[in-house]
Amino acid sequence: MQCDICHKEAATVHLTEIINNKVTKLHLCENCAREKSAEMEEHFGLADLLSGLADLVPVTTKKGKSPSLNTGADIDVGIKCPSCSFTFQKFRKIGRLGCPNCYDAFRSQLSPLLRKIHGYDRHTGKIPNKKEVVKDATVLLGDLKARLTKAIEHEEFEEAARLRDQIRSIEKKTKPEKNEVKSNNKKGKK
Amino acid sequence: MNLEELLHKRSEWLKGTGPKSDIVVSSRVRLARNIDKFPFFNWAQPKQKEGILALVKDAALKSKFLKKTMFLQMKDLSEIDRQFLVERHLTSPEHVIDPQYKAVLIDDQEIASIMINEEDHVRLQILQSGFNIIEAWRMADEIDTDLGTRLPYAFSDRWGYLTACPTNTGTGLRASIMLHLPALVMTNQIGKVFQAISKLGLTMRGFYGEGTEAVGNFFQVSNQVTLGRSENDLIEKIGSIVDKLVQREESTRNILMTKNKDEISDKIWRAYGTLKSARIITSSETIKLLSVIRLGVNLGVVTGINGTQINELFMLTQPAHLQKIEGKILNPNQRDYKRADIIREKLKG
Ligand SMILES: [Zn+2]
Ligand SMILES: [Zn+2]
Repeated sequence: MQCDICHKEAATVHLTEIINNKVTKLHLCENCAREKSAEMEEHFGLADLLSGLADLVPVTTKKGKSPSLNTGADIDVGIKCPSCSFTFQKFRKIGRLGCPNCYDAFRSQLSPLLRKIHGYDRHTGKIPNKKEVVKDATVLLGDLKARLTKAIEHEEFEEAARLRDQIRSIEKKTKPEKNEVKSNNKKGKK
Repeated sequence: MNLEELLHKRSEWLKGTGPKSDIVVSSRVRLARNIDKFPFFNWAQPKQKEGILALVKDAALKSKFLKKTMFLQMKDLSEIDRQFLVERHLTSPEHVIDPQYKAVLIDDQEIASIMINEEDHVRLQILQSGFNIIEAWRMADEIDTDLGTRLPYAFSDRWGYLTACPTNTGTGLRASIMLHLPALVMTNQIGKVFQAISKLGLTMRGFYGEGTEAVGNFFQVSNQVTLGRSENDLIEKIGSIVDKLVQREESTRNILMTKNKDEISDKIWRAYGTLKSARIITSSETIKLLSVIRLGVNLGVVTGINGTQINELFMLTQPAHLQKIEGKILNPNQRDYKRADIIREKLKG
């Protein structure tokens, strides 16, 4: 099958796009897929691209060669999620994870991938309004403060400022009754 | 409330009342959430899918923010009704494929909707008219916080809200702003805008039409990054960039009106003439012409018709809407007749 864009190379990346409520299939060569990747994030989900672009998922190959798609014998991509028995191999193929626990199971493989997609591999936003998570926030705070110290040491001031804001916002969330009077419409009410 | 009532009602986001609504059509915030201890929807067992559906439905119906809502199971709806919901932006095209165990909850103003069992178990969406992204986020946040007290969300300290696709993980937030940028297109600035946007961690795509061609000059700008930035940061960033785009479109419109007023007016009136007299018209031609008239209304060239009416025509001339108005299935050719009829009727003045 030839690439739908350049009509020269063989199509190795197969995408489904939904435009104007119509499902469209695209068959692209690697180069054209890469070029298209910027515009397609929203609807393709970058994940669909993974099927063709093996190097987007940096797999730790012991033998120092890129894993072939056919063997399926590669030990590192064969890791299984203990909760849903999804394999990392399967994730690479379809770009979707099996269950929330997959994130833990494939932690070391996902971390560089998430960094590649988002530029970061650590959440800094909202935390669910649950008691046990509030407890976890203290752990998170300790971690953040350690990173802040490190960032200052390395003179990464932009990162440091970000961490500081994050620490403040978490501190605010975990003890809301202390410093603030909340209006009825604002978030954070208990 | 039922679907038939929606047909004769104007969605909140179509009122065209929000800030900068001459350029910004709508602002949307979507949050992706999953229930802990369940597989993601696509891999869950039927019993689990049923369980999630019941759990989320119950949690949502108990919300004080969702008092007046309509709960619709996809399997109970006809093909046209499902498409109708997609056309009203109340559900995603993906959500209506394979309807088993899927549902959507819609509030009576069509501002909030919750898709249950899409790719993620919960997808909460807030859709506002005009440039209202902060308000959309505030509402989404409020409803999400409330739902979170009854739903055990899958969440990790490190990676935030866990989603089926790693491109959504973290905040699970996708903010999308729909813009009408005819002046930037006419003056060939849009290519540069595309380039700049992609360098800023945002994506931009034509809203109608395929590939890079944007029928009617409607564009959707969304955040690409969901992890490692707070929701407020993400909203602020897309807001400030869209603000710049709006200013650019505004100043370009002013320049066009000073330098090319006659040509612009001619173009607008011709579009108006065609729409008022056409007997058969395709959806693509309709979008193109309505886009020109929308510009005309906002530049004060065309009078006697307002932005709300234009927005309504965009909505009503879509395939499922036409078929619901007619009350029967129409093939594409029949739709082109019906579409022209409705437009002539609405523009009669
Ligand atoms: Zn190609
Ligand atoms: Zn799993």
